[in-house]
Formats: sequence, C-alpha cells, structure tokens
Amino acid sequence: MQKIACYIILCLLFGHTAASAQDTSLLRMLNESENAGDKSHIVTGTFKATQLINVPTIESPGKKSLQFLIMHRFGKINEGAYELFGLDNASIRFGLDYGITDRLSAGVGRSSVDKAFDGNIKYKILQQSTGGTPVSLSLYELVTHYTQRYTDKPYLSGRFRTSYTSQLLIARKFSRNLSLQLAPSWTHYNLVGTPEDKNDVFAISAGGRMKFTKRMSLTAEYNYLLPDQVVSTKIYNSLSLGVDIETGGHVFQLVFTNSNGMIGPYYLSKTNGSWDKGDIFFGFNISRSFNFRK
Amino acid sequence: MKTICFIVLASLFYLPMQGQTYMTRNGNVSFFSKTPLEDIKAENTQAFAAVDLSKRSVAFTLLQRNFLFPKQLMQEHYNENYVESEKFPKAQFAGTFTGDVKTTPGTYKVQVSGQLTIHGVTQQVQNIPAELEVNEGKMTAKAAFAVKPSDYNIKIPSLVKDKIASQINIQIAAVCQPAK
Repeated sequence: MQKIACYIILCLLFGHTAASAQDTSLLRMLNESENAGDKSHIVTGTFKATQLINVPTIESPGKKSLQFLIMHRFGKINEGAYELFGLDNASIRFGLDYGITDRLSAGVGRSSVDKAFDGNIKYKILQQSTGGTPVSLSLYELVTHYTQRYTDKPYLSGRFRTSYTSQLLIARKFSRNLSLQLAPSWTHYNLVGTPEDKNDVFAISAGGRMKFTKRMSLTAEYNYLLPDQVVSTKIYNSLSLGVDIETGGHVFQLVFTNSNGMIGPYYLSKTNGSWDKGDIFFGFNISRSFNFRK
Repeated sequence: MKTICFIVLASLFYLPMQGQTYMTRNGNVSFFSKTPLEDIKAENTQAFAAVDLSKRSVAFTLLQRNFLFPKQLMQEHYNENYVESEKFPKAQFAGTFTGDVKTTPGTYKVQVSGQLTIHGVTQQVQNIPAELEVNEGKMTAKAAFAVKPSDYNIKIPSLVKDKIASQINIQIAAVCQPAK
C-alpha cells in the first residue's frame, strides 16, 4: 500500500513538472540544441568600400558584381580664394572592378594624373572568422602605366612608364564599429628620376574605420615611406582623413589628403603635399555597385 | 499488486512519451519584399523548429546571418544595417496553435498565435493560418504571414524606402521528425 502511495506521489510529481513546462520549454530546447551546434562564421563588413581612402581595403566586390568607382581630388586648399581653395582644379580616377568570385576581383582604372592607366587583381587569402582566423588577409597587385606625353623625353617608351605595386592587406574587425588595417607594400619602378633613387620602394600603410552611426564612419590612413628611397625630390608621407556615408548600393567618401595621386605609386612615394603647409586636397570617392546575379 | 503498480506507472509515463514533439534543424524560412523597383528575397535553411502536438505549442529559432541573399551586398546590408546580426543574432517565435489536429496522417489547418522576436523586439502575433501535415514518422509545418519592419524597430532610410516593401512576406516550411 505504501508502495502504491509512493508511486502515485512520484507520478504526480512527474506529471506536475510536465504540466508546468509551458510553450517556452520548446524554445529552450531549440536554443540549447542551437548553441551546441554553433559553428564559427566568417566576419563580414570589415570595411564598407574597396578602398579606405587611397589604400585598398581587404574588401572586394562580390561574385558577379561590378563596381564603378569615381575618385576625385580638388586642388590644394592653400591655393587661396583665387583658385576657390582648390576647387578650380581637379584630378580624377575612374575605376571598374569586377568580382570574379567572392574572393577574387579584377579591375581597371584611369587617372588624370599623368594620364595613367592601371590594372589590378585582389585576392582574399584569409577571411576573419569568429573563434577561428583572427585577421583577414588580401593580396593586391597593381600595374600602373602612364601615358602623359613629354616632347623633351622621347626615350620614354612603354616599358619605362610602367610600375608595379604589391600590397599585403591585413585587417581585423575588432568590434561592430572598429576595423583596423595594416598594409606593407613594395613598389617597383622601371624608371626613376636619378640613379640615387631606388627602383624598389617599400612602404607601410596603417589605417582604420570607426563607425559612429549605422551608416556613417570616420576613416584615416597613414602611409609611411621607409627613408632614403626617394632622394631626388622632397616627399612627404601621405596622411588622409575621411568620412564614409553609406546609402544602399553607394558609398560616398569625403576625404582630406595631402596626396594628389590616387593609385599606389603616386600616394606611396610621390606625395609632395605637406599638411603643415596646408597642401591639403579635398575630394571624394563614390562607388556604385551593379549586380549581374539574378 | 506490483504488476498493477507497474501498469499504472507505465501508463502514466507512457502519456508524456506520447507527447508527439516533432523537431528539425533544417527548417526553411524565406522572406520576400516586392516593390516596383526591386525584389529582395532571402532564404534560411537552418532554422530550428519544434512542434508539440499534445501541448499544441510551437517554437522557431534561427540565426539571422544564415539568411542567404543572391546579392552579397544585400546580405551585408541586411546583417549590418537592418537586423544588426551581431547585436541581435537570433529571431525566434514561441506560441500555441488552435485547431483540430489528430495524430493520424492528414493535413490539418490551424491558427498560430504567439510571441515573435526580431531585432530584439518582441511582438504578439495572432491567428496566423498554418498547415500541419502529419505523416508516418514526420510532420510538415507550413505557414505564410507578413511582418512590418517598423514594428520591430528596423528603420529604413528614406533614400531606399521605395526599394523595400513596408510589409515583408515570410514563408515557413519545416519538415520535422519525432524528437527523441
């Protein structure tokens, strides 16, 4: 008899626990099951655009998407009111970049500075993931060829006009708002100004993005040129500051920089503007994406 | 005496065992936004779903970042700007259904009500028409309903307002197996 009472109590207890478990218990069960199977995932949106300001970022257009990029720099703001603080003059670069795969992209561009053409390939070697790879790593290869005519330098045939830039882009998204990037680079010039100048020029770039609203962020980059490489002309390190504004398929970047050029060899080792003297170029980058995926 | 005891015990334990909880880890949740300018669609095939026929309860949970879009940029915008997947990784639903559902094979129309949580905001949803199809060894749950991003504090900038519908249509199809 005692035994029966015992069982009944037991059953009642069991029944009670089952009854008190409301519909949220199902959710709890699902959540436990989900947490157990939680895998690491790739970190996305390290940067908004494919270039920080002048330096390329680890980002590239997605598969089958074409990005049209307009980079635009006005003249120096210290040119005064006569030149409307630089707005009378402008240099521009048009670029088209196409995502062959989600990791590989190729692009072409044309700058008004030196009438230079460029071609590039960017490949994402590593992608940052949660609980896995700590950084994203991309390789950027750029070939630049300028076509500016010099009547006094007829010897400047095609091969003297070409230079090559390789950049290793290492970036990490530290939080939702902060991403930083470090980029060592090597530029090879087929022709340099004087025998004292180096044909192989090394530089290191550092920069980052700090989001301050969901769609706006501050960006900054600094390109440090290792000393005693370019000696025939006075060269400054390139420092740029910008504001990114993102709207749908566009990214607008308003920038202030002391570099006139917008491609590797120019901002890395041909920056002749100085922030101290007010040789600051105001400009903007606009990128627009077109998708060819249905 | 003992045997009676065991029978009583067994039958009592048997009832909860007959709980008919079905679940899946591969539920399909897709959404669709149609405007004259642009169609946006995305699919998540890794939704977790559970249906308890005896308690008439149902639950869903999914990770926002598992939604796949045909365009990479859309996916990035969805995660970064709209649902803020890093802050609010999950969307979930817990509720109950009304309607006559038997354990015998067949298709049963039900109404689902409960709490839907998206973007950290929980809203009560009422009487979503759904269909439970009971088969031998599996159960298929299907539902379609619409949500307003504005109800879940998802702000759409005026610049892209014309490209995103004010009502997003959601479709759910989950083939569930009996839970062990």
